[in-house]
Amino acid sequence: MSTQTPPPVATGAGLAPLVELRGIEVVYDAAILGVADISLTVAPGEIVALLGANGAGKSTTLKATSGLLVADRALVSRGSVLFRGEDITGVAPNLLATRGIVHVLEGRHVFGHLTVEENLRTGTFLRRLGRRETERDLDEIYGYFPRLRTKRKTPAGLTSGGEQQMLAIGRALLTRPELVLLDEPSMGLAPIIVEEIFEIIAGLNRTKGTTFLVAEQNIAVSLRHAHRGYVLDGGKVVLTATAADLRERDDLHEIYLGLASV
Amino acid sequence: MNLFLETLIGGLLAGTMYSLVAIGFVLIYKASGVFNFAQGSMLLFAALTFVTLLEKGLPFAAALAVTIAILILGAILIERTVLRPLANRSPMTLFMATLGLSYVIEGAAQGLMGAQVHALDLGIEDVPIFIGDVLISQFDLVAAATAVTLALVLALLFNNTRIGISLRAVADDTRAALSIGINLNRIWQIVWAVAGIVGLVAGMLWGARQGIQFSLSLVVLKALPVLIIGGFTSIGGAIAGGLIVGAAENLAETYVGPYIGGGITPWFPYFLAIAFLYIRPAGLFGERALERV
Repeated sequence: MSTQTPPPVATGAGLAPLVELRGIEVVYDAAILGVADISLTVAPGEIVALLGANGAGKSTTLKATSGLLVADRALVSRGSVLFRGEDITGVAPNLLATRGIVHVLEGRHVFGHLTVEENLRTGTFLRRLGRRETERDLDEIYGYFPRLRTKRKTPAGLTSGGEQQMLAIGRALLTRPELVLLDEPSMGLAPIIVEEIFEIIAGLNRTKGTTFLVAEQNIAVSLRHAHRGYVLDGGKVVLTATAADLRERDDLHEIYLGLASV
Repeated sequence: MNLFLETLIGGLLAGTMYSLVAIGFVLIYKASGVFNFAQGSMLLFAALTFVTLLEKGLPFAAALAVTIAILILGAILIERTVLRPLANRSPMTLFMATLGLSYVIEGAAQGLMGAQVHALDLGIEDVPIFIGDVLISQFDLVAAATAVTLALVLALLFNNTRIGISLRAVADDTRAALSIGINLNRIWQIVWAVAGIVGLVAGMLWGARQGIQFSLSLVVLKALPVLIIGGFTSIGGAIAGGLIVGAAENLAETYVGPYIGGGITPWFPYFLAIAFLYIRPAGLFGERALERV
């Protein structure tokens, strides 16, 4: 396992937020409350962790940001989502992808019958690249995830969980996003693979300035690489602090379980 | 031996026509996960539009172009008014919608263009020719060649083009496709238009043989066993299924028919389909969920 990385510094601190959620409420099927009142900001160049137990509202918050709520027959019923200062509440997810927001779904969601390389290609479609540019961009992704190159011709459904997670992230990066929403990238993966994936995320953030909002149940790993964090419980933000401060607290698990009164 | 060969080849050639009908179903099933009950009506509508335009005096190519344009408009209309409002509903809801759609299309076709039988002459002579000493229908040969060409073109399209790969991506995972910017509505429009065009080709060939009339929409009933045998998700499967059904029903009619009074053709494919359901429920080439164990 790698040594402790030095406490990261938020490069975007003080800048206008890249994305801002203002008191959003989400309802599913016009009846079931998804989240009650979420406000958060992510500055350009930040990695922000979204922590909380199952059902705290992490996935719903990400879907409200990427527009994918629509695929679950849900909508933002109160509040608004701003991206670079513009209201994007309720905009279709495929349009948001062209504007720079990409969502890596919980459970990876690779295209199982497509080969690894075809999966990556789909990520480039919205930019309508020529053959040469496509090859160049695929090469870059293979540079980050060398394992994917060896599995190029394999149907994605037959690769391992870690490879699928890398593929889902690589495919998302090929849309050239400004904001990447990652939902539970550690789910079901061996700790060493989780560490590898988070190190690649942190590396991309440092070298390319890509902004990440990461929903995670794995507190330790996500706080080691994030700049700031929000803790959700019962569809509300119950705590927010820098990752360094959150690491110091030993009551996070209690908040997760809804035991602490914050 | 000659009788056997003739029966087999005749069956295989007729089977490619079944394949052609089945391919239309496969396209829509892959893209929207729904068994499109309206495929038969679309086929009828397409063929009827084409033959009506011909009768109005349009040259062949112009009639074809106008029909295709109408099919594309129709696909856009169906996507806007039926598919988009019902997106993310259960497959059963969508299926019921296509059931309703089939009656709307059929009604519109007959309301606009009448219910009489139209003869269609594609200029292919239906005289049998000898290959070696086996007698084969020339029309069947042309129909088979058309079906195979169409299938090859579609296969190339799916495997190599942006739209083709997007379509397969949508078939695998709609949410993920949306998340990386694939325009689902556009894909649906394209797929329904292509299914309409495939229906047009199938309708022209069937129509040239038996006249273009209301009963043409019942070729759906021929496609169902083909799909069960070949699998709902594979164009190759639709081809194989069509060939199997065509050959089997022809052989059964010739060799088993005399013993049980004939008339086997209408039900034998279903008998075969049920047998396949026992042995291979996903069909010969159907995609099962691809997962590593």
